[in-house]
Amino acid sequence: MGHRVLIVEDSPTMRKLLVFALRRLEGAEIVECQDGMDGLRQLSGEPFDIALVDVDMPVMEGLELIRLIRNEDTLEQIPIVVITTEGASEDRKRALELGADEYLCKPIQANRVLEVVEGLLKVQ
Amino acid sequence: MSSEQDKAFPGAADLPAPIQKETDFTRELLAENERLREELAQLADRQQGAVRKPHDWEELRQELRQRIDTLEAECTTVRERLDQVERENQQFAERYVEMEEENNNLANLYVASYQLHSTLDLDEVLNIIREIVTNLVGADTFAIYLLDEETRELRAVVAEGLEVSEFPSTRLGSGVLGEAAASTETTCFEVQGEGGDLERPIVCVPLRLGDRPLGAIAAYSLLGQKGGAFSALDRELFDMLGGRAATAIFAAKLYSQSERKLNTIQSFIDLLTK
Repeated sequence: MGHRVLIVEDSPTMRKLLVFALRRLEGAEIVECQDGMDGLRQLSGEPFDIALVDVDMPVMEGLELIRLIRNEDTLEQIPIVVITTEGASEDRKRALELGADEYLCKPIQANRVLEVVEGLLKVQ
Repeated sequence: MSSEQDKAFPGAADLPAPIQKETDFTRELLAENERLREELAQLADRQQGAVRKPHDWEELRQELRQRIDTLEAECTTVRERLDQVERENQQFAERYVEMEEENNNLANLYVASYQLHSTLDLDEVLNIIREIVTNLVGADTFAIYLLDEETRELRAVVAEGLEVSEFPSTRLGSGVLGEAAASTETTCFEVQGEGGDLERPIVCVPLRLGDRPLGAIAAYSLLGQKGGAFSALDRELFDMLGGRAATAIFAAKLYSQSERKLNTIQSFIDLLTK
């Protein structure tokens, strides 16, 4: 059975690109959410193998979502990849402090997404 | 059985039959070992004798010289082959990187194109263009201008980095932006000073449908990681945007107009039939 990947990103274009980038992850089930709250709801259901979280989102921003994930016993082991813009180095630093495992900078490259996700799934 | 072997196995005859069998086998092995040792010694003697003769010595020297020459030739061939394989390996590695880059480009172009034609709502189309320029190109400050066909004026309708109202309107064909927007190709400008001059973008992508200008995308600054320069992919994206975004904008405008007309006609029919 393939991995379950959660994408939490408000931009439909970015979501499309991430899904497209992860198409080479054989048998993976990819679930898309457009804000942190929706992401949290998904995470409380069936378990995921990895989560890709955008920082800047409406309703609940990415950093808050990461904090909540790491404070939840059942979710604290899930690898998190945070997606930030290049200029937001503070956000990136903060996300890593909160427990994100890796980060991707916009504009992102499809092969880099796959490389990072595969790397974390292997470690797991 | 030799007396020496008997010495090695005193009282062997008194052992039980299975052990006796093993002992015999070991004796045979020792005998064989002894025979081989003798043969080796004889061979060494013969070799020594042969080397001692001048003719044999010369022959051996010639043979060795030939063997060295052959080995050196082989070594040269192997080195050449190794160099060739390394060069091929390097070429494959470069090709792989190019393919990966190409794959990235195609992914971005595919996503951009797919998204642009996913809606007929003008606001959504403009928002998608904004997302593409932000997320796929990495522009920091930019505006999307639409042409007012009556006044021939370009007005910013969507912007990133600054408020829409901060971007000055301009006439098509006049000024840096107006001229670039009237052109048929994407124009990239050299960054002058610290940038930030809203009359002078670093890139202007005309939005055209055939000969018909519809607007332009003007970018004024890029995200830090872009290093202030546009890549080949950016240019491809801009070229694609110029065509596809214009088509999407035109289709959305047309759809909106036809919807309005349809509503008017429907209201008129309702009025007549009620």
